[in-house]
Amino acid sequence: MSSGEKQRVDIDTSRRHFLVASASASLVMAFAPSVTLAKQEGAAERVNQKRFSPTVWFEIDTEGKVLVNIAKAEMGQHVGTALARIVADELGANWDDIDIKHVDTDPKWGYMVTGGSWSVSTSFQMLSQAGAAGRIALVEAGAKLMSKKPEQCRVEQGFVVCQGDRTSFADIVRKGEISRTFTEEELAAIALKPSKEYSLIGKASKALDIPEKINGTAQYGIDVEIPGMIYARPIVPPTRYGNTVKSVDDSKAKSLSGYIGYKVLVDPSEHLHGWISVLADNYYTAIKAVDLIKVDYALSRFNQIDEQAVQEHARTLIQDEKKGALLINDGNVSTAKAQSKQVIEAEYTTSTVSHFQLEPVNATTEYKDGKWIIHTGNQWQSLTLPAVAKALGVTDDKVVLKQYYLGGGFGRRLFGDYAIPSALTAKAVGMPVKMVFTREDDSMFAQPRSSSVSHFKGTVAEDTSLLAVEHTISSGWPTLSMAPGFLAKGLNGEGQIDMFSASGADHWYSLPNHKVRVVNNSLANETFLPGWLRSVGPGWVNWGVESFMDELAHANGIDPVQFRSQLLDGKGKQAGDIPKNKNGALRLKRVLTRVAEKAEWGRALPEGEGLGIALTYGQERTMPTWVGVAAHVKVDKQSGEITLKKLWAVTDCGKVVHPDGAMAQMEGSLLWGVSLALHEQTKIENGHLADLNLTTYSPLRMDNMPELDIEFVESDEVPVGLGEPGVVAVAPAVGNAIYNAVGVRLRSLPMQAETLKAQLI
Amino acid sequence: MIEFKLNGKAVSSKADPNTPLLWVIRDEIGLTGTKFGCGVGMCGACTVHVEGISIRSCSFKLKMAKGKSVTTIEGLNNAHPLQAAWAQEQVPQCGYCQSGQIMQAATLLEANPNPTDEEIVQHMQGNLCRCMAYARIKKAIKVAATNTSSVQYFDPRSNADEGVMS
Repeated sequence: MSSGEKQRVDIDTSRRHFLVASASASLVMAFAPSVTLAKQEGAAERVNQKRFSPTVWFEIDTEGKVLVNIAKAEMGQHVGTALARIVADELGANWDDIDIKHVDTDPKWGYMVTGGSWSVSTSFQMLSQAGAAGRIALVEAGAKLMSKKPEQCRVEQGFVVCQGDRTSFADIVRKGEISRTFTEEELAAIALKPSKEYSLIGKASKALDIPEKINGTAQYGIDVEIPGMIYARPIVPPTRYGNTVKSVDDSKAKSLSGYIGYKVLVDPSEHLHGWISVLADNYYTAIKAVDLIKVDYALSRFNQIDEQAVQEHARTLIQDEKKGALLINDGNVSTAKAQSKQVIEAEYTTSTVSHFQLEPVNATTEYKDGKWIIHTGNQWQSLTLPAVAKALGVTDDKVVLKQYYLGGGFGRRLFGDYAIPSALTAKAVGMPVKMVFTREDDSMFAQPRSSSVSHFKGTVAEDTSLLAVEHTISSGWPTLSMAPGFLAKGLNGEGQIDMFSASGADHWYSLPNHKVRVVNNSLANETFLPGWLRSVGPGWVNWGVESFMDELAHANGIDPVQFRSQLLDGKGKQAGDIPKNKNGALRLKRVLTRVAEKAEWGRALPEGEGLGIALTYGQERTMPTWVGVAAHVKVDKQSGEITLKKLWAVTDCGKVVHPDGAMAQMEGSLLWGVSLALHEQTKIENGHLADLNLTTYSPLRMDNMPELDIEFVESDEVPVGLGEPGVVAVAPAVGNAIYNAVGVRLRSLPMQAETLKAQLI
Repeated sequence: MIEFKLNGKAVSSKADPNTPLLWVIRDEIGLTGTKFGCGVGMCGACTVHVEGISIRSCSFKLKMAKGKSVTTIEGLNNAHPLQAAWAQEQVPQCGYCQSGQIMQAATLLEANPNPTDEEIVQHMQGNLCRCMAYARIKKAIKVAATNTSSVQYFDPRSNADEGVMS
């Protein structure tokens, strides 16, 4: 079962033709809807007459500079560099001539979303073909200029080279009149480079976005300034939903110099319930004014809800077998349980955690030339823009989202709900408005990762055919609240499942009896807005799966690495069925073997120290990133204090496009995994996050960083994703290592010294 | 009206004297390289130098800068050894915290040109990197320290001819 997202992206590009055409002062290479082909015009005519809206992927100017348009959000993954290198490699461009541009919203870009670790994986084939088509057109034109045959020519570093003669891309653009159309079939028929011929893909390179990120010139949404704008700070209501403003008293704010006033926001899109926007001619005054204004709300019932109530609701739902939908029902877990020697049970939980992206959410809105222009960093423009349009009461074509660097995304900037109060305020006052949330405002308006409960029953069986796992998961579902069209159907078409809250349970171990039921924690979705947080479902699902896998191994008297290895046979559905998951479980087995070898699994360690191993296939079965993680921990038996000394990670993500960027993603995501395993925790209190700032919320800092040993499997397979998978296996590897060290099984995230200490005594 | 020096230039502000220096630098003067993160001095994204000492500008009142010399990331003029090291080690991911990281690290090297790992951690502990690029931050500081001690010694006052410091 796939998330459905990539299918949609593929549909957007599948019915297009690719044009390579001379335009005024450049060579434009673009995908265009195939319907316009009926007119039988040449590519150049169509580009110049602008009879269609081309998705201009890249263009070459008369100086030979190549501009690659990037429709993905830059939030630390150097995505533009990776995508541009795919194009440039096939095109044969000189890398020094490449420039990138992160584009604003426009229907011509197709579906705009940056998430799911999808960007390289979903773009690779298309961008390779586009680059190759551009190369073919340049070779044809260059050959003609040099009176040679195209077969006698090749490209090299921005030149077409024909038997000792050569001409630059710049010259071809200046002189050549190129008009070339590739049909979908022709594009698909182009032979792409074999890996050994890559000149850029997989080679060392510097990220194009880094220079401006070290001298203060990189522009984030919060850096936008519009002439004539005023500043706004919201008064975020006590909980997400159901509040209304009864009265506002701003008498104390009126004496502040620069205070303008306030607006009670009415949101036709119904995302904002009981919001007030406070205006000033400088932001500090807006901050102070909010603190001085008294608001009387008619409060919703949700301000009574706390973390414990949410978790208890999950447990109730898990116990009721009629709730939720089945994701997997292989073999017969009931029979296996009845016939096996023993059944073990365990409950794994995760606490609520926050994105805490460092740039607080913000948006600046202006009305210009009949359109609402929203300046803000956003990951999922195709989801955000219609919501903003609805709030403003206009059609989608009247709204443009201007893209900026994101001061952290991590999923918080997928659905850009923060643009709505900015837009409504600008509309209410008839002036450009820059709305900035303070950190506390941002936390009050969070889309936190929901807490979760996972319940497992597993069999201890001498007869391997009786091996069984029954797994039930309940959590808030981000997709249900924010993008319900992306919910998947349950097994046999019955019920609905948020795969972003279930992925990880449909793993690659061949279990003869395996049942997975997934239940939405309705109280979580009613009370707050559960968010997609880096690694999403696998982040909590795999914590339970891989910890329980260890429990099962020990209960069955088998070494945990050997136990996993036996179950990764790559047979049946675990063989993989598409290029992206080719060889399936066998690739996971390979990273398991390698990481165990690197960590010297089985070696003797000092008292109180232990090794643990856990695996993940990343975000989804249809785009698996195979990761094995080993953790070395030291436990202080007096205090319960856990020190993570070292992590090893072995990753098979297919071809690596931008090696240093890939390494950076693994470094960051592994440490995110550490942070979620051992450090980050908040809770729902009075219907909102209890921890609003760093005074009490504690992501990992430099002092708690373990040693990292990261290795990539050399692979020629289809590239998959790297933004999130590194997060997923860390927590269970650490938990398994703690068990290995002191024999205590921790089952709640984050793992805490006090909990461990209590069990050590 | 409060006057101070910003990256060597005389500037003044009519803002409320209690305004955090951060908002004066960003919104009034327009140097946006200094970032707003937590507003309570605990993330370090807003780190600038006042008289060569790193401070959190989100919690440093404008009136406290009166007559002082303030340096922001822009004031390093892309010429600081740390910036070269940051580029060499490809440190930034989202980049939002990096102005603060570099400004914080600069005062470490100023006082201690050859810091140990522990000294780096101790000095950088207050700077949060949500992308968790900590390994590279640490490495880049060591690279800059090596380059600084063997090639040149950075001193914010070295621009005194151009009037950075009075």
